[in-house]
Amino acid sequence: MSAPLLDTDLAPAEVSARLEAVWSEPKTLWGWFATVDHKKIGRRYVVTALIFLLLGGLAALVMRAQLGTPDNHLVGPDVYNQLFTMHGSTMMFLFAVPVMETLGVYLVPLMIGTRTVAFPRLNAFSYWVYLFGGAMLWIAFFVNSGPDAGWFSYVPLAGPQYGIGKRSDIWAQMITYTELSGLAVAVNTIVTVFKMRCPGMSIDRIPLFVWAQLVTAFMIVFAMPAVMVSSTMLICDRLVGTHFFNWAEGGDVLLWQHLFWFFGHPEVYFIFLPATGIVSAIIVPFARRKMFGYSVLVLALFATGFLAFGLWVHHMFVTGLPRLGESFFTASSMAVAVPSGMQIFCWIATLWDGRLRFATPLLFVFGFIFNFVAGGLTGVMVASVPIDTQVHDTYFVVAHFHYVLVGGAVFPLLGGIYYWFPKFYGRMLDERMGKWNFWLAMVGFNLAFFPMHILGLMGMPRRIYTYPAEMGWGGMNLASTIGAFLFAASFALLAVNIVRALRRAPGAPANPWDAGSLEWAPASPPPPHNFTFTPVVASREPLWDTPELPVTTGLHADRRETVITSLVEAEPQMCESSPPPSIWPFVAALVISVTLLGSIFTPWALVWGLVPVGITLIGWFWPKGAKEEES
Amino acid sequence: MKVERDVSALPRHGFGTHSLTWWGTLGFMALEGSGFVLAAGAYLYLMTLAQKWPLNAPQPDVWPGTVVAIMLLASLPLNMLMSRWAKQEDLVKVRWGLVGMSLFGIAPLIVRCFEFSAVNVRWDDNGYGSVVWFLLGLHTTHIFADVAETLVLTALMFTRHGQNGRRFGDVHDNAFYWYFVVLTWLPIYALLYWVPRAA
Repeated sequence: MSAPLLDTDLAPAEVSARLEAVWSEPKTLWGWFATVDHKKIGRRYVVTALIFLLLGGLAALVMRAQLGTPDNHLVGPDVYNQLFTMHGSTMMFLFAVPVMETLGVYLVPLMIGTRTVAFPRLNAFSYWVYLFGGAMLWIAFFVNSGPDAGWFSYVPLAGPQYGIGKRSDIWAQMITYTELSGLAVAVNTIVTVFKMRCPGMSIDRIPLFVWAQLVTAFMIVFAMPAVMVSSTMLICDRLVGTHFFNWAEGGDVLLWQHLFWFFGHPEVYFIFLPATGIVSAIIVPFARRKMFGYSVLVLALFATGFLAFGLWVHHMFVTGLPRLGESFFTASSMAVAVPSGMQIFCWIATLWDGRLRFATPLLFVFGFIFNFVAGGLTGVMVASVPIDTQVHDTYFVVAHFHYVLVGGAVFPLLGGIYYWFPKFYGRMLDERMGKWNFWLAMVGFNLAFFPMHILGLMGMPRRIYTYPAEMGWGGMNLASTIGAFLFAASFALLAVNIVRALRRAPGAPANPWDAGSLEWAPASPPPPHNFTFTPVVASREPLWDTPELPVTTGLHADRRETVITSLVEAEPQMCESSPPPSIWPFVAALVISVTLLGSIFTPWALVWGLVPVGITLIGWFWPKGAKEEES
Repeated sequence: MKVERDVSALPRHGFGTHSLTWWGTLGFMALEGSGFVLAAGAYLYLMTLAQKWPLNAPQPDVWPGTVVAIMLLASLPLNMLMSRWAKQEDLVKVRWGLVGMSLFGIAPLIVRCFEFSAVNVRWDDNGYGSVVWFLLGLHTTHIFADVAETLVLTALMFTRHGQNGRRFGDVHDNAFYWYFVVLTWLPIYALLYWVPRAA
């Protein structure tokens, strides 16, 4: 074993060149499948999630076209059932949760001043599993086997008695893929934030975006197993004759709803909390002052995270539960508005006292505040049992949750795309088109979803594929359809903006917005190793407070290595090597995906699949003699 | 360039809370533990709805589950020593300790095969049978996965790759996970065999 080469033995320029060589990956087909670079995987995740957004959005447009006029027969009831199930499942499981969680895959290591994530190969594995799960769902849809029992797949409709063919099995197994991937990312995020923050980044200096990702990751760890347990039970009921949800044999249909919503309600916060992190990240540089109420914002994240686990029954108010239980869940559903309100007031105070720069990212933040507050208010309304009983399963609820989810998460995401695009791709998006993008989105979104409140109050139920003209819902449905197409046009404009930017030569500066957090320290896009020297920070906005960042030395320059720091104070404890690229995560994901797919048809697939799965995992973990394997 | 910290003298691998894989293992324990709690919740939920429990089935035979519990608990002293030997990086003791732990893992798996028939209900008999098999299957998967990992690790430690601080870290984390496998069995055991008797 040759003596290690430390960065202290070399001039800074040579350290940079050597690290670039060590952390670079082959630009070959093998390299493409074997990558463990968190930035490449993070980018792939976000792009894949946006492709699923496009597919889910197209499903929505077909539904809106169908509902635009009464007595319409553009699609029939069976296709319509598949469309709303595909739309909801795609948006929740394949777009919103993954895009929010994996924006962190790209940004968290940069924001905390490290070179990679804790488990880069697990990260790669999680992406491939997610991709295969999403692809399976959409391929099934295109061969007329798309799930059709709603994104929550209620039994008995999805059970063996009524759920014909393999449609519900496809849905349930898609859950296995996406939750496996989501859980792997969550564990990765937790360990990365706990142990890989650069020296000096004590817990009171962690960026709010990273806090949001951390709290979300914890929520995922405790909530996602609920849907994995329930979807496994559903597959067992359908495949091997168990009776978890069969009332006649000692099972219970409401068990499904309890388990699903124990996951399903926190899931809303998997989407919303990272969005609040985006909002906090954008507000500071565009208000040009530090965040007002940092501690309050962090505590609000924790409070929301805890309260989110005590709300699930408000999705079940009309199932005939005991009144005392309903009262408890009404109170907790209203209580969760308190930390959200605290966050809103902190953001407004920061904006109020700042010197605002009205660029596109900030416009989307304003759009977020406006739309999310509207959705939050209707949320407080439906937390009340009598109102919920009245509007349950009507378009009022559709309006409410689109205001919360699109207003509360998609608007910040769009702001985040405009904000971080230069870091991801080294090019600026066009501001003029950005402003058009914002106003088109704002008008289109409100035109699409505001009329749904009134339609709901008029009694229009959800999930109907058409309605008679005599109901008088035609005008508002037409307005809603026009709004939906305008909203879609805003995304088309974003796509044009992105394509035009990508056709230009890269030239974005490292810190185009004059922001204070660490992701803006390296070049845009960052080099493969992120930081030539691990920074040392002494404040929450280190780039504002110390323009020339102090650094850490003493890491190897001839292998992949990072600094491991203590949990609270971020004091250096040891140096840990990071694994080089490997094809095994891809192969393992492929083999596991085929096994899971096979198990839709026969339980024996799980038994036979064990052999190749075992071989690939041994291949993954068996030492190959790389420098990174030395201690 | 202002250098504020130098980490050249710090260790290049670590155990316990210093190690990334230790934290990763803890994360997976948390999520798997969450799955166990929810499955146990489903059991109790169905129990509260049933007129009698066990539902249309005789009481489960308590002995195979008890033997599994005793075997798992009996493995703990060696498991504790494994952590210590791994930290001491004592290759010889670690190698033979892993052989012992592999046997301690395989033995309860054999008894577990009998346990499935001793619960006196099939998974497709009724909701009670389904949830009993679910809990038992979930825990069996955990024993199986840990035994498989222990066997691979045992083979690895007998090769030239064994004398490596990082491998000792793997052994330490493997022992850490085994505690989880053993300790989760105790509440599930009580739930499957003693709760129906008390109901």
